Amino acid sequence: MLNIQNIRNDFPILSREVNGKPLVYFDNAATSQTPQIVIDAIVDYYSNYNANIHRGVHTLSQEATDAYEQARQKVQAHFNAKYAHEIILTSGTTHSINLIANGFSAFIKKGDEIIVSALEHHSNIVPWQMLCERTGGILKVIPMNQEGELVMDTFDTLLSNKTKLVFVNHVSNALGTVNPIETIIKKAHQVGAAVLIDGAQACPHIKPDVQALDVDFYVASAHKLCGPTGVGMLYGKEEWLNKLPPYQGGGEMIAEVSFEKTTYAGLPHKFEAGTPNICGGIAFGVALDYMNSIGFDNIATYENELLEYGTEKLLEIKGLKIYGVSEHKTAVISFNLEGIHPYDVGSIVDKLGIAVRTGHHCAQPIMDFYSIPGTVRASFSFYNTKAEIDALVEAVKKAKMMLS
Amino acid sequence: MTIQEIQNDIVDEFSMFEDWMQRYEYMIELGKTLPLIADEHKIEENIIKGCQSKVWVYAQMDAGNVAFTADSDAIITKGIIAILLRVFSNQSPQDIIDANTDFIDKIGLKEHLSPTRANGLVSMIKQIKMYAIAYQTQLN
Repeated sequence: MLNIQNIRNDFPILSREVNGKPLVYFDNAATSQTPQIVIDAIVDYYSNYNANIHRGVHTLSQEATDAYEQARQKVQAHFNAKYAHEIILTSGTTHSINLIANGFSAFIKKGDEIIVSALEHHSNIVPWQMLCERTGGILKVIPMNQEGELVMDTFDTLLSNKTKLVFVNHVSNALGTVNPIETIIKKAHQVGAAVLIDGAQACPHIKPDVQALDVDFYVASAHKLCGPTGVGMLYGKEEWLNKLPPYQGGGEMIAEVSFEKTTYAGLPHKFEAGTPNICGGIAFGVALDYMNSIGFDNIATYENELLEYGTEKLLEIKGLKIYGVSEHKTAVISFNLEGIHPYDVGSIVDKLGIAVRTGHHCAQPIMDFYSIPGTVRASFSFYNTKAEIDALVEAVKKAKMMLS
Repeated sequence: MTIQEIQNDIVDEFSMFEDWMQRYEYMIELGKTLPLIADEHKIEENIIKGCQSKVWVYAQMDAGNVAFTADSDAIITKGIIAILLRVFSNQSPQDIIDANTDFIDKIGLKEHLSPTRANGLVSMIKQIKMYAIAYQTQLN
């Protein structure tokens, strides 16, 4: 059992007011809030050992390097990667995806196929379109059904020896659907395709084991895991990372440079050009420690309670429809009031101190599928409470009254 | 009335509301009464795309002044459009080009001005001024 009040006390922002009301923060799928211990780590870094890493012989540089590499090991341990050098610290999920999409240009030739899912958001679609434009590759899409689940029968028919890469998110940002990635990985490997899983929306709720999954690439962002913005991770199997060409040139990714020939550094530095987000990386490690101290099993159990409670309470409002009703989903409720635009609902509930996301969640294909302009999305975290859900329900009722 | 006079009137009207709820209720009412844009003008090229809702704006010249019609799929946005149209419609192109829009902040809707929350409000004003510039060029 989690002591939610104690947990809430770890997050200074949760005690602030918005528009004269206590803040209710239900936009966790966009970014999670930051506990004091992570804020302290950021302050400590800049107050005590701010220095560039990997190249200074001086003490500060050594301390910063140690802390940064320790953070990499924490990420390795969290995702159960075999080696620390299989963890590339990036600026976030989008950067990680672009790194792979760019590197795969070397492996995709005209007519080769890349499979993505209908549940992706824009940053997971565009890099693959760009890759296909560069290489003559073909993008195929696994469709979804009304419940917001991938149609796996169609996935089977899309797979062939032309398939070079399968890209699917672990959890859908717009609907919260947990995709059957174990099956996807297994089937893709049977035709010799590599698999990249976007874990940005899964990692706040699920602790993935990349070795057990046997996944080729797995990516995530720190800021959805109680860490700072501007930092994220890319896991890649060692053999793949060795094969992929470097993404950007400069800084730590270089072994030797002459004007005739440059040789690249080994993993992970080959993919970490320039001065990284040192402070962010260190704070990422602290955030993982924090979340692990709460425990992902506890988090999943409690968030599921919130999801069930929220679903039940919101559905009591007449004319409210929830989009994405997969059996396997994380604590995300995407909904609309009949005949009312999500933007209008979002504007009213914001005035009541409640932060929800409205719009198409950068996942326009999903909204087109349902023929809606967008949804109101309430996404819960382990620091949220049932009382906050009650406040949301009241606010939605008020919005409905004002807007009908 | 000049654009400035209309803006002053609107600021006066809104100052009578005691809280945000009354302001929003008023805007929702305004949204419901907004004369809709003709269907033939509700087309892709007249659309202003924001992250949040769709807005259509159409302009034509009427006796030396620019007349605007508009619509949105969100009612609060429609209310804001109704206010903008009251300010800018049937004014001369030069007056529209020269007008300031700080009344939006003064009536307590500043949050609708931020680039992302704007829902196209900033783009809407920009579009209105673009129409005015186009017509002004024709007059010259």
